[in-house]
Formats: sequence, C-alpha cells, structure tokens
Amino acid sequence: MLRSIAARIAQALGLILAVVCLNFLLIHITPGDPATVIVGESGAGDPELLEQIRAQYGLDRPVIVQLGSYIGQVATGDLGDSYFFNQSVTSLILQRLWPTVLLVGTALTFAVAAGTMVGVATARRPESPLSHGATVLALVGFSMPVFWTGIMLVILFASAWKLLPVQGWHDVSYAPGLLGNVADVAEHLVLPALTLGLIYLAQYSRLSRASMLEVLESDYVRTARAKGLGERRVVYKHALRNAIIPVVTVIGLQFGALLSGALLVETVFNWPGLGRLAFDSILRRDTSVLLGVLLVSSGMVIVANLLTDLLYTVIDPRIRLRERTNV
Amino acid sequence: MKKWRLVVAVLAVFALVSAACGSDDDDDAGAPATTAAADTGTDAGDDMSDDDMADDDMAEDGDDMSGDMDDDMSDEDMSDEDMAMAACNHGENVGGTLIIGSTQVPRHLNGTVQSGYATAVPGTQLNASPLLYDDEYNPMPYLAESWEISDDGMTVTLHLVADAVFHDGMPITSADVAFSIQTVQANHPFKPMYAPVTSVDTPDEHTAVINLSQPHPAILLAMSPGLLPIIPKHIFDDGQDMKTHPRNTEDFVGSGPFRLAEYEPGTIIRMERFDDFFIEGTPCLDEIVMEITPDPTAIVLGLENGTTHLSATLGPQANVLRLMDNPDVEVSAKGHEAIGQVQWMEMNVNDPALSDKRVRQAIAYALDREFLADVIDLGLTFPAPTGIVTASPFHNTNVNHYDKDIDRAVELLAEAGYGPGELQLSIDYIPPTQVIYAEYVVQALEEAGIVTELSVSPDFPTWAQRVAAGEFQMTINNVWNWGDPVIGVHRTYLCDNRVGVIWTNNTGYCNPEVDGLLAAAGQELDAAERARLYAQFQDIVAEEVPIYFLTTPPFWQAYNPLVMNPPTNNIWGQMSPMHTVWLDQ
Repeated sequence: MLRSIAARIAQALGLILAVVCLNFLLIHITPGDPATVIVGESGAGDPELLEQIRAQYGLDRPVIVQLGSYIGQVATGDLGDSYFFNQSVTSLILQRLWPTVLLVGTALTFAVAAGTMVGVATARRPESPLSHGATVLALVGFSMPVFWTGIMLVILFASAWKLLPVQGWHDVSYAPGLLGNVADVAEHLVLPALTLGLIYLAQYSRLSRASMLEVLESDYVRTARAKGLGERRVVYKHALRNAIIPVVTVIGLQFGALLSGALLVETVFNWPGLGRLAFDSILRRDTSVLLGVLLVSSGMVIVANLLTDLLYTVIDPRIRLRERTNV
Repeated sequence: MKKWRLVVAVLAVFALVSAACGSDDDDDAGAPATTAAADTGTDAGDDMSDDDMADDDMAEDGDDMSGDMDDDMSDEDMSDEDMAMAACNHGENVGGTLIIGSTQVPRHLNGTVQSGYATAVPGTQLNASPLLYDDEYNPMPYLAESWEISDDGMTVTLHLVADAVFHDGMPITSADVAFSIQTVQANHPFKPMYAPVTSVDTPDEHTAVINLSQPHPAILLAMSPGLLPIIPKHIFDDGQDMKTHPRNTEDFVGSGPFRLAEYEPGTIIRMERFDDFFIEGTPCLDEIVMEITPDPTAIVLGLENGTTHLSATLGPQANVLRLMDNPDVEVSAKGHEAIGQVQWMEMNVNDPALSDKRVRQAIAYALDREFLADVIDLGLTFPAPTGIVTASPFHNTNVNHYDKDIDRAVELLAEAGYGPGELQLSIDYIPPTQVIYAEYVVQALEEAGIVTELSVSPDFPTWAQRVAAGEFQMTINNVWNWGDPVIGVHRTYLCDNRVGVIWTNNTGYCNPEVDGLLAAAGQELDAAERARLYAQFQDIVAEEVPIYFLTTPPFWQAYNPLVMNPPTNNIWGQMSPMHTVWLDQ
C-alpha cells in the first residue's frame, strides 16, 4: 500500500513538472504582456516605464531562460512575485485558497449528499412520479450553464426577494463577532455553493440512481431481503455502499471541472477565491500569479484523485484485499 | 456511520468558523458610529455656503483653468475647514461606514508612483495633497493654506498648514512636499506634470518653493489630490525602489483624512477615520470600505439593495438607466469632469489609404457621433467634436464637426481615387465594451462604399500590443484628458511621442505647427491666450482628422440618498478626499 502511494506521489511530481512547463509556455505564447497592462492601467504611454517593468520582472529575457528560472524558483517553494500587486504569489494564493476550499467543499458535499439521496429515492421506485420528476429536474440542472444559474439565483434571492446577499463572502460594513461572522459567511455561501452544486447534484443523482438500480438487482441484495432484513437496512447498509463507488470515481475525475466551475461562480458572486484570482490574472497577464494558481489547482486535482483511490479501499475492502494480493 | 456524521459536522463547523475568523481582521472595525463632529462649528453652515466659496474664495477669474498664474490665496480666504465643520455638523447623524463599490483594482495605494482611477480613489482618502479643486476648475486650499506664483511664473510658493500630521503622528513639513514632488517627478507615468521643476526649496518647515525651468500653468492642477499625494519622507526615503516599496500597501502611513485599516489585494480596502486630521471636525465618516468586484452588475444590485452606497463604475449604459429609474438611488453625471474621458477613433496615418487626408475626412463625414451618443449610448454620453472635453475651459466648440454627409464622403473618396467598394479597411477596438462602436463604424462606412471588417482582439493586452506596434488601420480607443491638456492631451499628438506604447501618438500623425502650438500653450501664463492657442490646435486637428472624436462619456455616479455631500461637487469626483461625506442614518 505504502509503495503504491509512493509511486503515485512520484507520478504526481512528474505530472506537476509537466503542468508547470506546459502552462508557462502556453501563457507566454499569448499576445500581450504584463508591462503593457500596467502601463495601460496607469493611463499614460510611458516607454521608460514599459522598459523598466520588463527589466524588473525579467520579461526582456528569452522565454526558455525565464522558464528555467521559474522552475528553479518553484523547486525551492518560491512562486515568485505578482507583477501587478508586487506581492508574493504564495501570500496572494493563501489569501484566496480558503474561500475556494470552503466553496468547493460545500458545493461538493451538498451535491454528493443530495444527489445520492435523490438517486437512491428514485431508484427504489423507478416508475414513480417522483422518479420521473427528479429525472427531468436533473436534466434541467445539468443543462443550465453555471454562470446563468448564478445570475438567476441572484436575481431571485438577492434582488427580488432580498433574502440573501448579492455578492462577497462576508458583510464588509460590520464585524459582528465570531458567531455572527460564522452566520454571515454561511449566509453569503448559500447562493454560490448552491449554484456550483446544482449541476453536480444533477449528475450524481443520475449516476447513483443508475448504479443503485443495478445493485438492487444483485443476488446479495435479494439474499439480504430473503434473510428478512428491513428494506432501509438493505438499501443503505448493503446496496448503497456498493452503489456509491462509481460516484466516488466520478468525484475524483470531475474535481478539476469543479474547480473550473468555481472560477465562474466566484466571478459572478465576487467570491474572493482562487478562481477569481486566476480570472483577473489572465486579464492582467499576471503570469506569475496565474502559474501559481494553476500549479495549486493541479496539485488539488492530483491530491483529490489520490484521495479517491484511497477512499475506494475504505468503501470496499475487497479492493484493499486485491491490492494486497497483487503486491 | 455516526462517527462519520460527527466528523463531517465538526469539519463543517470548523470550516465556517475559520472562514469567519478570516473574513475580518478587526472585530471592532464596525463599531457603532460616533458623533465625531457633533460639537464643532455650529454656526459654520450659515457662514459658508457653496456660493460663498465660489464667489469669495476662488481666484478672480473663476473660469480660468487652474486660476491665473498670479493668484494669491490668503488664510482669510480659507473656508474649507469651515465648510467641513458645517458638513459634519449634523449631530447624531454623523459617522457610519460608507461602502464604495468599484470594479477597479489598484496595484497599490501610493499615488506618487502610480496613476489611474483605481489607486487614486483610495489614495486620496489616505493621503492629502497641497490643493483641492472645486467643480469649476478653481484651486482651493488643502495642505497648502495659501500659495503664490511669481510674476514670471518661474516659482510657486506653498504655505502649508501648521498643525498637519501623518497617521503616525509625525508633522507634515515642506520637506515631505519636496520629497513627494521629487518622487512623482522620478516615478509617475505622467512625466509632463513636473518635468519643468528644477528644484524645491524648503526655507522653513511650512514653506515650499517650487522652482521651474519655464512657466508651467498646469502645475497647480498637478497638485490635485490624485496627482500629488504628500507622502512621509521619513518612511519612504530609505533608498528602496518607490514603485515596489513595501510600505505602498503594508503598514501604510498617509497624510489624509482616513488611515488604512485593512487591505486585501483586489478584494477590499478598509479605511478608518484619522482623528488627528488637520481639518478640524472631519472626516465625518467612521469608515470607508471599498469593495472591489469584477462585475458591475453586482455593484448595481448592491446599490439597489442598499448594501453599496456609492459607485462610479456602473458598467453598461443599461445599468445607468436602470438605476435612474430607481427612486432609492441617486444618479449624477457631476464630478470627475477633470478626467475628461473621450472615446475616439484613431486612424493610422502611415497606412497607404489613410495617409490621404481626403480619405480620413470622408470617413469623418460618413460617421455620426450624435447617433452614437443619442441612440447607441441611449443619451447617456455626449458628442465629442474635439479631443479636449466640453467641460474643459480649453474646449473649442467651433471646430469642423463633420456633420454626417454621405454625398460629401463619396465625393472625397472619388477625389482620392476610390470608387464604391474599392476601399477596404479594418477596425480594432478595446474588447469587450467598444465592440458596439466598432460595429457601428462598419455599418456607417458601408453607406459611403467603404468595406470595413472588425479586427477582433480577445482582450486588452492583445489589443494594446497591436496598437502599440502600429499594426492597425483604425481603432476605437478611450483616452482621458486628466484635467490639463499638458497632462493628458499633448501626448497623443506630438511628433516625437511615437514611441510604440499605447496612449502615445499611435496614429503616427506629425505636424510641426501643432507641436509648436502645444509647446506654446503648455507654458502660456495668460489663460485667455492659452485657450486661444489650444483652440487653434483643435482647429488644425479637426481639419486633418488623424482622429475622429466620438463621444464623451460622463463618469456616472450612483449613490444611496443617505449619502450626504457625495463627491459630485468637484472636478475629480471620487479621486478627491471624502472628508465631508457622511451618512444620514
């Protein structure tokens, strides 16, 4: 098991190096540079300033030299400085990491929990109106672009009914103490997490429904029922544990997509996370920040997949057993 | 299963608690409003009205840009303090937190090395400047309680208020003024502002004498809040590069009415009142919070919901119209006149077709800026016949407007050797907002037989690179006047300013007569003569059409009716200190 994890980590490091190189080159192929943006933002055409900025950040060197220098920096844990903010990329990312983790974590938890529950409920009565209704709603949820869903929710809940805040992740005008802040952040979290979670809720409900339908037809479920176990115990104790494995697989595979969705949601809701930082950095050509965010995101996706693999062994001990036999 | 539920619950609570802890560094930041100025200046409101200010305090030639160069101001004329006391003198209503919504992200907060709206709005709350400006381009005392300009215009003497201190309690002296001017001179992108300054003498702690190499009428305006923030020499004069100085954002020490309480790059700037600010009884507010959001629609919703109090970055015209219809929001085009925003279409005169003046004139005759302003912009912008905005005292209303005349356009094209459909051009634009103007140009030129295609850049940096390299035929652009033509206008016409950077002379236009006129106007002390020189310059440019001027979009400001003394009463708008703004709570 440990050897397997070590091998995965080694693979992950190689993957991260490839990601760094590819991202660096892709970003540098795009036209425009941060110096142009900074000069543009200053509202003045000052060639001296342009040259100064290029020299200051080493943008006047050949791309391959810049890449080598960047890899060297990253290897020592230094992600460089933001061209735009002139602050360390690490500090900027740390400021934005937690809101993103909170948003993605909440959305994922909501999507998995609610999606699985809906999937199980509809699988138990596949021809019921509830099942058909849920299928239609899942298709609608899956079809809605995440930014559109966000805007619609804002219009309804924040603008028309004034039930929830429009944007941000806390009320900037007052600080109501720790408990107040918890409630404040939770209140601000509802719409972004719902927006991001809805599309995955739809997917997970469909997936868990299909998986559950298959498992409920299995011999061991029939045996469990024949032994006189209650339906609730059969479904949740025996069937669900097997039915959820495909869902877990998809969570790992889709984690990257979830982070991409967070980018849009954070922009719509002015949620100060990594997605917004990445979006703003693209427009500013703040390549060092963008590379840093991409590196962290890649790391998160790789870790998520690693955790998914580990989770299999917790959910299904047969996998652990098979691995042990293979080793 | 229960164990897992417990773990999940604990994690969820931990997540929210951590988020809450991280969401605000200072639990006291939102303390209840205080009645800071409740006991001050009870009669000041009667003594000093806005009219009094305009009539008595300002230079004799009230409509002279930056006043006549021989303006003297005395202590007796100083009414700013009285005005401020009157502004705050509303008993229990004083105080509160003003929330400004903005799409603009400052790189840092030090306006001596960084121009632009994004830095200037918070920067002018954090730092004071020698002068303020009213809504008619008249200089008003601020850190300089009075000033004199020598008869030959070669020296400007500032007399500073005696009791002003920085946020760390150190006195603000003439050495700080000299240091700030030198810093701007060395680092600020607007080089012409202080280019003629040869030295700054400091005969005593409260007197600064600015020596010039030539008369420089723009210098008073260059001492506006956004252009010359006074920064502490004892903090910044440590040999570090000013552009990357850590104190530009961290542990910020300023001279303005508010001090920095919280700064999260690109997200939030919280500024709290500075109790020892030199204008007694101000600032009125407890706090100003700038909430930065990339989406103007979110700001509009915030204004509608009352969670945002003030904003000048409202996005598309439809947003402005929507707010105008809302009885709970005030919308005004006043304030920010000095910014002088002009949307224009530059033509690359080095292009074989566009090098012919007749072709450029034909294009001008084919376009209709009135249509752009009235129809496309829904009446929320104004036609701009010249590159100096209408609000400026140097605007020339009598230039050739090129009223739409398709027949004349076709005639000029024929003279230039182009029949219908024979001239093919392309037009660039700054994405995404200017696409609608570019699309209009394509259709309008088609009427005159010019085939035009859109040259699409995916984002600003791509567009900037193309235009800076001269790889365009026509481009829609958006340029600011920045108060005085020396600062914001000269740069786009001078022959020697074709330097491959955006917002310089990108058209490649060169006319020595224009250069001469601009050089003369830049140092002309007599305001009337200066206006005449600029009028002549505008006539020539209108005749030669290197640029077709489109519209002047005002800086629409929207604010909650609770906001008292909103920044609509001066030419710099939110780029001015809001020490007299308060919330009627």
